[in-house]
Amino acid sequence: MTKLDSLAYLKLNKWQKFIYKLKCFFCAIPGWLDDKIRYINRFFKKLFFKIGETFVDVWQTFKNGSWSTKVSFLVMGFGNFFHKQWLRGLVFLILEVVFILYMILAGAYWLSMFGSLGKIETRTEMVPSDLLDGELVEQIYYGDNSFKILLYGLLTIFFIIAFIYTWRLNVKQCKICDQITRAGKKIKSSGDDLKSMVDNDFHKTLLALPVAGITMFTVLPIIFMILVAFTNYDKNHDGLMNLFQWVGLDNFNSVLTFGSGMQVAFGEILAWTLIWAFFATFSCYFLGMFVAIMINKKGIKIKKFWRTILVMTIAVPQFISLLYISNLFADNGIVNATLMNWGWIQSPIKFWGDGTLAKIMVLVINIWVGIPYLMLITTGILMNIPADLYESARIDGANAFQQFAKITLPYMLFVTGPYLLTSFVSNINNFNVIYLLTQGGPTNPVWGDVGGYVAGDTTILITWLFGITTGNDANYKMASVIGILIFIVVSVLSLVVFSIMPATKREDDFS
Amino acid sequence: MTDKDIKQIEENGEMITVVEFGLDEQKGKSKSTKTEPNAIEIDASGVEEFLERQEAAQIHHVRSAKEQSQDNKRHGSQSKRRLVGNTIIHIVLAIMSIIWIAPFVFIVFESFRCESTGLAGYIIPHKWGFDNYIRLFTQTEFPRWFLSTFLMGLVCAVVQTVFILAMSYALSRNRFKGRKFLMNAMLVLGMFPGFLTLILLYTLLNGWGLTGSNAPYGLVLIYVASSGMGYYVCKGFFDTISHSLDEAAMVDGASKFQIFYKIIIPMSKPIIIYTILMGFMGPWGDFITARFMSDNDPLGFNVATGLQWLIGETRVDKYYTTFCAGGVIVALPITLLFMFLQKYYVAGVTGGAVKG
Repeated sequence: MTKLDSLAYLKLNKWQKFIYKLKCFFCAIPGWLDDKIRYINRFFKKLFFKIGETFVDVWQTFKNGSWSTKVSFLVMGFGNFFHKQWLRGLVFLILEVVFILYMILAGAYWLSMFGSLGKIETRTEMVPSDLLDGELVEQIYYGDNSFKILLYGLLTIFFIIAFIYTWRLNVKQCKICDQITRAGKKIKSSGDDLKSMVDNDFHKTLLALPVAGITMFTVLPIIFMILVAFTNYDKNHDGLMNLFQWVGLDNFNSVLTFGSGMQVAFGEILAWTLIWAFFATFSCYFLGMFVAIMINKKGIKIKKFWRTILVMTIAVPQFISLLYISNLFADNGIVNATLMNWGWIQSPIKFWGDGTLAKIMVLVINIWVGIPYLMLITTGILMNIPADLYESARIDGANAFQQFAKITLPYMLFVTGPYLLTSFVSNINNFNVIYLLTQGGPTNPVWGDVGGYVAGDTTILITWLFGITTGNDANYKMASVIGILIFIVVSVLSLVVFSIMPATKREDDFS
Repeated sequence: MTDKDIKQIEENGEMITVVEFGLDEQKGKSKSTKTEPNAIEIDASGVEEFLERQEAAQIHHVRSAKEQSQDNKRHGSQSKRRLVGNTIIHIVLAIMSIIWIAPFVFIVFESFRCESTGLAGYIIPHKWGFDNYIRLFTQTEFPRWFLSTFLMGLVCAVVQTVFILAMSYALSRNRFKGRKFLMNAMLVLGMFPGFLTLILLYTLLNGWGLTGSNAPYGLVLIYVASSGMGYYVCKGFFDTISHSLDEAAMVDGASKFQIFYKIIIPMSKPIIIYTILMGFMGPWGDFITARFMSDNDPLGFNVATGLQWLIGETRVDKYYTTFCAGGVIVALPITLLFMFLQKYYVAGVTGGAVKG
């Protein structure tokens, strides 16, 4: 397509401008993709280059190093001891000893089993019992445990990577020590090391514990679950009584093969998840903003009172209000009973029994939950809009709606763009509202019961995941496949939104 | 400027600019006309207000008497319209307040209902009393749930705050190798549904005996261990504190630790209170993790799973009003605390939303 210069662009009428913008957007996609691919390419090139560089550096260090450095290649920390850096040397030495001991005692075994996830099956045999005068009783001989093999195998790989990194660090330090001695300067002592822990290296001290926690409780489990997606781990293959194996992409196939039961259910649930996230985000956003504008309007009395009432509903833990409301609209709940008393309806409205109605109810109640929160956020931002903008607009004769559309909305969208994205993502994973209101029901008659996993009209991916993992036949492999698919949806969405958004703010701009 | 000019200008919709051009010539006169009723309402204060008053006066001054009378009429109808508009808004707000408050009023009423324990079709009890509260504390495990949730909240409030402050300071104030990688990695990790990690964590903690009836201990570990990932709001706040303070302290010979402890921390009181508040309220609202780790053992529930369990399908007739009482007991202290610290909550939430 031809690119218009700004003068030609200004000549277009509104409609043409819109078409032009749309065209621009779609024409930019190939270029954008190309850009990303090139970026990834460059990243890998850089990575390989860096690895090569490291090898060269290690070799150079060995060739040019003093004899203490050369010993350090085998006995970690020796170079540090030689240069009287007792603390560092000790840490290195202990790490090496621990690592070697671990590998000999356990690591090697786990690693060797990692490829097959266990060979010896658990079996039961009838053996004569000593206590019951030789009567035959069942005796269980435990074999390998696939779950443990997968977990400890993964941990061993973690340790090996960490060890290689530590070894590299050790070599690097020896090199630096050599350089400093050659230059005839003083080498940092252990005391200096301790001091720098609260000064120059303070960030390392601060980060150590939180990052360790995240690695143990988030990174490791996530990688583990990604691996599980490629095995057949479920209730029938629990790893202890029945081994599970690697199955490659079978699980993904069963979810994504067109026309299979899983695929239909997944498609329906994914569609509703996205619809739900979209409406839940934007309905709350606009209505919340609207309420904030109403309260902020001049001439409105007792502003603080209105605000406090809404804020109070944030304070009450969500599960209380949600559970209560879900019972309020139950078949024999207050709403139905009152309506019947008034004679408006003959039989109770099944708010949670009808798919479409349940969906609408969930959205409406989510608005009830979300408005106070959005009202709070937008009030602060609305007050930041310069008042003279409105002033001049009013003098120009803009009415209230025009002021909103031309001043308030663009400003708000600009400022809260990233927030909208995070809110969309958190709505995709909004377990509480859906589960506490409907528990995902009502069960869909067509695709609701595939493979034993009950899914309903209001089920979103995260509640489906919950159902699959906690049900009577928990299916962990499918759960991790769905988890990975959620991740893909969310990350693609975030990538697209972030690259389209006009101004992704730089963090340094604030200081 | 003549009337004709003004009319033409008004048609073109460029009144302000032109009137501004004419400002200098008529400054002398504008002072005398200051007391005239203004056509435009003034929100701004100080200098802006003064300028705008002048502008408004200008517009008035150059208009003919006929136009002015017309204007006054229009102005009158406008203010009437505004009055009507405001009344409507007041009514809307009142209705909204009722809708938002109603469920909480209902739940309080129902918690005092003595004549029946299940769902009832009415709100105001026929017989008032504290039966449900007594039953809540004597016949259910509620005291245990409440205490364990409260203690979890306290531990989270302390440890989580320390973790988040440490993360935020390290990432906001230092430029070190791997910083960008760390931040991106945490962004990507955040895109995985957190629930997924529970399958492994359950098995691990089960091995250590921290699930089922001991679930609260395991839960605290889970809450606290990954809490460093919620550093965004706090880091955003640290980013806004001027770096020149750090530099001045550094020149005076302060170490990084001293800067953190003596400068940054005292300056971030609102955000620290916000973090503590969030940490404390986290365990009260958590459902999915608590449910999964407790493995349906009532002894290991927190308040959310416990109260949900009370009105599970078979128990709803027996425990519905008890659930209402439990809801009131849980909501009261949290709401009070929240109202007390509302200022800080608003600061944190707004800051977080703007920076994303």
